[in-house]
Amino acid sequence: MTGHSRNWYILAVLSIASAPLLIMYLFTLVESIAPIPHGRLLPGEVDLNSWRFLWERLQEGRPTIWAVTFNTFVFAGTTALAVCALSVTAGYALSRLNMPGRPIFLGGLIMLHAFPTITLIVAIFITLQFLGIYDTLLGLILVKAALELPFGIWVMKGFYDTVPWEIEMAGVQDGASRARVWWELVLPQVRPGLAALLIISFLSGWSEFVLPLVLAPGSSAQVLTTFLNSIIFLDDAEMDFGLFKALGMFYSLPVILIYLLFQKQLMNIYGGGTKG
Amino acid sequence: MELTLTNFTKRFGDQTVIENLNLSVKSGEMIALLGPSGCGKSTTLFAICGIHKMDGGSLHFGADDVTRLPAQQRPVGVVFQNYALYPHMTVAENIAFPLKVQRKSRTEIGREVGVMAEMVQISNLLDRRPAQLSGGQQQRVALARAMVRKPDVLLLDEPLANLDAKLRLEMRSEIRRIQRETGITAILVTHDQVEAMSMCDRIALMKEGQIVQLDTAMGMYTNPIDQFVAGFLGNPPISFLPAEALNLTPPSAVGSTGPITLGIRPEHVGPQFGSAIEGEVTFVEPQGREELVDMRLPSGDALRAILPTGHCHVIGQKVKWGIQQDRVLAFTAEGARL
Repeated sequence: MTGHSRNWYILAVLSIASAPLLIMYLFTLVESIAPIPHGRLLPGEVDLNSWRFLWERLQEGRPTIWAVTFNTFVFAGTTALAVCALSVTAGYALSRLNMPGRPIFLGGLIMLHAFPTITLIVAIFITLQFLGIYDTLLGLILVKAALELPFGIWVMKGFYDTVPWEIEMAGVQDGASRARVWWELVLPQVRPGLAALLIISFLSGWSEFVLPLVLAPGSSAQVLTTFLNSIIFLDDAEMDFGLFKALGMFYSLPVILIYLLFQKQLMNIYGGGTKG
Repeated sequence: MELTLTNFTKRFGDQTVIENLNLSVKSGEMIALLGPSGCGKSTTLFAICGIHKMDGGSLHFGADDVTRLPAQQRPVGVVFQNYALYPHMTVAENIAFPLKVQRKSRTEIGREVGVMAEMVQISNLLDRRPAQLSGGQQQRVALARAMVRKPDVLLLDEPLANLDAKLRLEMRSEIRRIQRETGITAILVTHDQVEAMSMCDRIALMKEGQIVQLDTAMGMYTNPIDQFVAGFLGNPPISFLPAEALNLTPPSAVGSTGPITLGIRPEHVGPQFGSAIEGEVTFVEPQGREELVDMRLPSGDALRAILPTGHCHVIGQKVKWGIQQDRVLAFTAEGARL
């Protein structure tokens, strides 16, 4: 930790900049456990009523929080796996194979990445209706994965570009088939990129709100973001801010955990290289 | 294993890089493909190992036609310029990879990796990863990996280009030692004439997709086929002087008179050869054992000499030197040898 002392001013600036976020998180947590009475600064008595969604249905006919959380995991997880599986092969093809239409494809990728996807929502809605997968997790996963793919392919292509082609030639010369060379020699070089992409697509799926709201509004395919949104209309009379805060905490916990555990892998995607 | 390349032709797009190249390497011989960059020497190498498809001609290893054989099945080991070690594997795993592909048993792999490591003297490094090795050590691992399959032919693509000067000297003799010990047929691609001359039995000097001359190092040095070969070999390089032929005995390409070029190597110039030529010293480069001296002739042309140190030449000094006349090379104005 000796190197950190020189960077104390960077740490200071970052601390100040992130202090409001931290304070907000802290208050959200505190107030979900012990509500602060109106006009006071310090919390009152401990009251776990805001967390009641963990052990009971909020309303008759609503799904339990666990069903919704499961849905969210399936949605984000499957999306991330699909994006990775396709990006890892498409990126290789774009990086290494001299196929017809490659420049157009690459340009298209960038275009699609920059494209405001929200303008597609009506077309997607109609398509899903037509296919009969409107208001299902499957439809949601397909759409989300498709929208994430340009970014994923582009990132993986970048990682493949850093792998020297001599490694592949050496592998072929050593007698291995192209598939084996890719799997055993090239793939390990881009593993950091793949790990980062997996985490980033998972988080992106986890935080997706508009797509589930429009394409899966029913209760069977509800995810945490839309569940959170629906709480607003729980009680006509008054909003339950304690519940809102507790749910918010619950929703952001996996994200915070993932960031804490995988900081290093996530930084890779911005470094873009493979070292050692 | 004898290697024969017949009428090899290679095109990139509609540009023909190499046309009808013929090369024959004897069994156990080490041959250099030498030439300036872009002359097609690496292209030839990659065609032999199967990475580039041949657009024409055939390739034989011994009696076997391997022209259509995919790279995976060719009995060829390759050492690449940047070594191309697999960074996520240890040294032992790197060397073992070709055997693993062949599905050899674990004990056999372990034994053969041990033998190879012994030969290239890296037995103490087997557990390291490539990033933890010096350039010379990486080179040795690459050699071991290329040789572990016991290929018929070893191909080396600029193997010393990434090493510093001292290591280069060491690896030069190491590669030659390993090649001699195993008796493998080897082809070395290089643009460094010193490497080619010191390591190889014969040199194929290439230019613009053609082999200009194929000979032993000394044969090519003393008896170059044209001005390009004479200028490419030798360090410090040969000096060329314009001259006029007065009475050439026919049959000669230029007739009995006409403009020609004389090539004079630096070791054939100096006071020990008489004092027929007068000139002024324009440059002195001490090299320890010897010194390199440039002199300007009254005509304005330059002549280079390499002399034992101790003459204390200074720039501007007038000298009278001679040349060893029977070693002078003569070329036509177009560069062909007379």
